[in-house]
Amino acid sequence: MAKRIDVSGLSAFYGAHKAIDDISMTVEPRSVTAFIGPSGCGKSTFLRTLNRMHEVTPGGRVEGKVMLDDENLYGPGVDPVSVRRTVGMVFQRPNPFPTMSIYENVAAGIRLNGDRVRKSDMDAIVERSLQGANLWKEVKDRLNKPGAGLSGGQQQRLCIARAIAVEPQVLLMDEPCSALDPISTLAIEDLIGELKERFTIVIVTHNMQQAARVSDRTAFFNLAGVGRPGKLIEIDDTERIFSNPSVQATEDYISGRFG
Amino acid sequence: MSGVTMNEPLVADDVPRASRPLRQPRLPRWTPAALAAASVALGTGIGLGAGLNSRIQWGLIAVLLFVAGMYALAARVEGRRQAKDRLATSLVWVCFVLAVIPLVSLGWETISRGSKVLDGNFLTHSMAGVLTIQPGGGVYHAIIGTLEQVGIATAIAAPIGLLTAVYLVEYGRGRLAKAVTFFVDVMTGIPSIVAGLFILSFWILMLDFGYSGFAGSMALAILMMPVVVRSTEEMLKLVPNELREASLALGVPKWRTILKVVLPTAIGGIATGVMLAVARIAGESAPIVLLVFGSQLINNNPFDGAQSSLPYYIYEQWAAGNEASYDRAWAAALVLIAFVMILNLVARGIARWKAPKGGRR
Amino acid sequence: MEISSATADSPPPPAGGPATEARTKSATRPGDRVFLAFSRGSGILLLVIMAAIAVFLTVRATSALSKNEGNFFTTFEWTANGTPPVFGIAVLAFGTVVSSVIAMLIAVPVAIGIALFISHYAPRRLAAPLSYVIDLLAAVPSIVYGLWGALFLVPHLGGLYSWFDDYLGWTGILAYHDGAARSLFTIGILLAIMILPIVTSVSREVFLQTPKMNEEAALALGATRWEVIRMAVLPFGRSGVISASMLGLGRALGETMAVATVLSPGFEIGKSLLDPGGGTFAQNIASSFKESGEIGKDALIASGLVLFVLTLLVNGAARLIIARRKEYTA
Repeated sequence: MAKRIDVSGLSAFYGAHKAIDDISMTVEPRSVTAFIGPSGCGKSTFLRTLNRMHEVTPGGRVEGKVMLDDENLYGPGVDPVSVRRTVGMVFQRPNPFPTMSIYENVAAGIRLNGDRVRKSDMDAIVERSLQGANLWKEVKDRLNKPGAGLSGGQQQRLCIARAIAVEPQVLLMDEPCSALDPISTLAIEDLIGELKERFTIVIVTHNMQQAARVSDRTAFFNLAGVGRPGKLIEIDDTERIFSNPSVQATEDYISGRFG
Repeated sequence: MSGVTMNEPLVADDVPRASRPLRQPRLPRWTPAALAAASVALGTGIGLGAGLNSRIQWGLIAVLLFVAGMYALAARVEGRRQAKDRLATSLVWVCFVLAVIPLVSLGWETISRGSKVLDGNFLTHSMAGVLTIQPGGGVYHAIIGTLEQVGIATAIAAPIGLLTAVYLVEYGRGRLAKAVTFFVDVMTGIPSIVAGLFILSFWILMLDFGYSGFAGSMALAILMMPVVVRSTEEMLKLVPNELREASLALGVPKWRTILKVVLPTAIGGIATGVMLAVARIAGESAPIVLLVFGSQLINNNPFDGAQSSLPYYIYEQWAAGNEASYDRAWAAALVLIAFVMILNLVARGIARWKAPKGGRR
Repeated sequence: MEISSATADSPPPPAGGPATEARTKSATRPGDRVFLAFSRGSGILLLVIMAAIAVFLTVRATSALSKNEGNFFTTFEWTANGTPPVFGIAVLAFGTVVSSVIAMLIAVPVAIGIALFISHYAPRRLAAPLSYVIDLLAAVPSIVYGLWGALFLVPHLGGLYSWFDDYLGWTGILAYHDGAARSLFTIGILLAIMILPIVTSVSREVFLQTPKMNEEAALALGATRWEVIRMAVLPFGRSGVISASMLGLGRALGETMAVATVLSPGFEIGKSLLDPGGGTFAQNIASSFKESGEIGKDALIASGLVLFVLTLLVNGAARLIIARRKEYTA
């Protein structure tokens, strides 16, 4: 169910502005990879190139290759819609569909596909997805209530349930806890630890403790200056990055000397 | 917590797995363009072949062919979801084309037919002594009428509208302000003919004044006021509160703060709103029919006797119903559109030029 | 901000208005007093005008109705200048409603299409100038639409109508007997073109306000563009589109000169919508005004009052929907 991501020579642009420059890395399956770095270093942009969401932004353009196992996401004839079904995403701010109930939110991805799913099967998928997101116990009695009525942390877990309901290979998370309180954050972090057994997970975070807690590998991004493109400085096992990084800038950032 | 559930697969085995290939069969990028061209050709062919005499029919056939063809092609090659997406895309494009055609035609007809008799003579002569079936004559009296009527209407409506907006934004609390806000909205929706009927019953039938440009101006002013109030209100709300407070904190009285700080800051937007309102009433003809009555002659006095106006002139020349008068109607339409468009462009120019920094979207 | 301040008797001034009750009352300087009097007076004047419109129309209308020998609502006749005067609005009400409904049926779907085209489909370079052009079109005077309708549209619709007659003539309402296509259906088409800009520009604004994050949520689930619109954009914009349509309807109901120019009026309710005949409130007022005497004018004012009430209801409904939506999104 989980695939390896192999990025080589990837650059992304907003119109004429180059946001990230020539990034190559490998993301291991069934593990958590964290992206850290100062604001504006392009880590979120890079994350959005992994499911072709970057090109949704006006003027967004990508050069380079992203291999999902043996298939290039940017190869000719590849349908971005299929890519996004295979590579799921959770956003910075919880964004359940405001007009849909909790149940419909989770079922939305499957319904989109137009597969004829029996009601009982759909019920099962919704229940398992909500359980997978550690939300089932809290919402099982109000599945038909609007998703927007939940607390922020619950909404974010609902979004995770929605993303995993379509059984993606990879789950991208763009600062999923930055809008949440510490208790909800903890719940999400626990959940990430469970989900990595089934999915390849990439998480962007501003919080270095969080990266240290949840991730197996960590990538550090930096930019040379304002208006310059972001670059990948290094990627290594999380333990090494936080104890003995091979690049001075990484150590400076982690020890709080800048950023 | 619920780690137990993670041991079983998320999806039961009897549910088809969503493991889809990334590479989906896609139609080449040029398909819609090619199909559109083919549909137009086919539609024209069928139209000619079947002897259909209306181009509208040809177009409808072509549109049907395109929409259906695109759907069928996509459904066969790309699958049902993509086909639906294609269907929506083609319908949206068709809507766009459907809307553009009449509007382009309107512009084209006005320009091509209107430029036939539009010259210096047309702009500087009235219809005095010209029979409607004769060529010649002009719009001078109508231009005078429009300028005077719109000018007076603006002189009435702009100050009242502006002060009302100032009241609503700077002073307005409580029930009176709420009532005014509500009725300004109501007033926006009054049909122009109803405004005309009101002035008719009040000014002409009750007070027994005659038809005049001024009567028309009053009806136009009623139509203009709510527009000015709304746009001025929006602009005043964009003036940052800090500016007012800074001025008040210096001990400047409130009325001087409004006059010297608030209004000058918003003046660009206010002027834009007023000009757009002027453009709107300049094209109104319904109240003119009821109140100004129309005239063939130059009447420079808006307070006494019938006048003409550009929109009324168009109506009158159309109603005369012969080629010479149609030509004059189109020419007057061109003059009127040019006048309205210039007002619009100038208004937008002012808006861009005087935009308060950071306040605008 | 504490909850208590939000529920207090005098709500805090919104961002736009700096005035507090205390400050308004302390306006003791002569300048302040004069200025306040003028601006408040203007507001009151507006209310007076609205009241006067209602009162004057009602007074004249009652005087006309007292002399009417027919039934104002059911008589199919308009001989208000005859002796005795007989007039009824049945034909006008029918024509007004039918032509406006046809206009709505054509304009609303097309306007939604164009609004989506501008907000979600058009290439970026095309979108901005296009919405600018649409706004400009709202400024084209209605008499010009009328002229175009009478001299260009009408001759071009004959072929289409005989086509309708060939295939759908058996329905009766789409039968067409040759002649100028100056019918209620043509009016509907023309009104549709005229209200297109206003419905489009309001809908476009609403669609553009769709929260980006909802659209991205749909995209990230692997939705096609149409599915994004169906899941995120349309549900969000529904009430906005409804109120935009109501505003358009209000315009269509009250449109005068374009209808007066194109329609070939007749005081009967024809079986077919494609054949000439019928009339609308506004058109009848403009067309029969010049031949009307005192009672005739009052009769027209009475029909104008009905139109006034009708547009008030429609516009009021539109405003109500807009106000609700504001509460909902706030």
